Amino acid sequence: MNKTIETIQVKISDYQLAKSPQLLKTTGLGSCIGVVVYEPTAKVAGMAHVMLPSSKLTRGTPFNLAKYADTAIPAMVDEMVQTFHINKGNLQAKMAGGAQMFQFTGKSEALRVGPRNTDAVKEVLKTLNIQIVAEDVGGQNGRTIEFNTDNGELMIRTIHKGMTTI
Amino acid sequence: MITPERLTDFHKDILKEIGNIGAGHAATALSELVNKSIDMNVPSVKLAPFHEVTELLGGEDTVVAATFLRVTGEAPGNMYFILTIEEAVSYIRQLTGDESIDENRFFDCEMTRSALQETGNILAGSYLSSFSDFTGLKLSPSVPYLTIDMAAAVLSFGLVEMSQVSDYAIIIDTQLKESDGLQNGIDGHFLLLPDPDSFEKIFHSLGVPINE
Repeated sequence: MNKTIETIQVKISDYQLAKSPQLLKTTGLGSCIGVVVYEPTAKVAGMAHVMLPSSKLTRGTPFNLAKYADTAIPAMVDEMVQTFHINKGNLQAKMAGGAQMFQFTGKSEALRVGPRNTDAVKEVLKTLNIQIVAEDVGGQNGRTIEFNTDNGELMIRTIHKGMTTI
Repeated sequence: MITPERLTDFHKDILKEIGNIGAGHAATALSELVNKSIDMNVPSVKLAPFHEVTELLGGEDTVVAATFLRVTGEAPGNMYFILTIEEAVSYIRQLTGDESIDENRFFDCEMTRSALQETGNILAGSYLSSFSDFTGLKLSPSVPYLTIDMAAAVLSFGLVEMSQVSDYAIIIDTQLKESDGLQNGIDGHFLLLPDPDSFEKIFHSLGVPINE
């Protein structure tokens, strides 16, 4: 049983799908959010690394759907349903990230992007009727996350606080 | 608006010159702080997709000590002074003469953090004031913020403005080096990331045409 388990890397502004026993990983989440949507019985999952809350912020066209919470998550879920032929109703979600890397005292909205991303992801998941079963959001620290499609565990590594699993 | 896709080689040269002048002044300031001669390399202007930005610093998981300043005024943007955690330790040892300082000290000792943050402030301040003198643009830095964390987590924050118009970042990168080439020396990066709308103002201030 020494078979190497394949790890699929998710880049910034990107999403990827995986099925058991593959792992999904994204590194260095700061104000960005890593969202995992998975189907626990079929053992399939998608992970998105979103950078901004809303595609309404875009000033360029065409834009990358995977960059924004409001476009990345629906696109990823659609692709999961098509690829794995699963029922949308059984999907669950876990999320991590949305930190405020620098403690600003100012009120600039742009600098509060972490909390805004968190709110946007929750809103989108709510609209899609996907329940968030676990989350590790906010704070001031970066996170590297790895999702195990086999047991549905999301491992979170930080510099300051070590590893946790949710 | 000048997006990364539309930046010409001539524009890049202008931005390099800003890095050159800015980091030249910062190198002098650092040299005075540690009483050693400091060299700088030729600045580079990088146009990179976001996920490659962190490779400038050695990879997404590299732990860095970053001082961040938000620049406001006529050409707003983000400015970083970045050391790897090892370099930060080495630098603080030189500055204080205290060889017992290690990585953990940055997390438990406010004074150590503050010394590093103030260095970032002095260096970034001299960079920005020469940038402002060169272009005649009014610029003012925010107070400095220090964070020690994964390179990708630290840098992605500075990409937020650009990410609204492009999937590429324009980064003016200048590196400082201790001249004696010792191991564990200081080898810091200055990264200047002007906001998308600032490029036009910078070029305009220098009389550089926007369209070729």
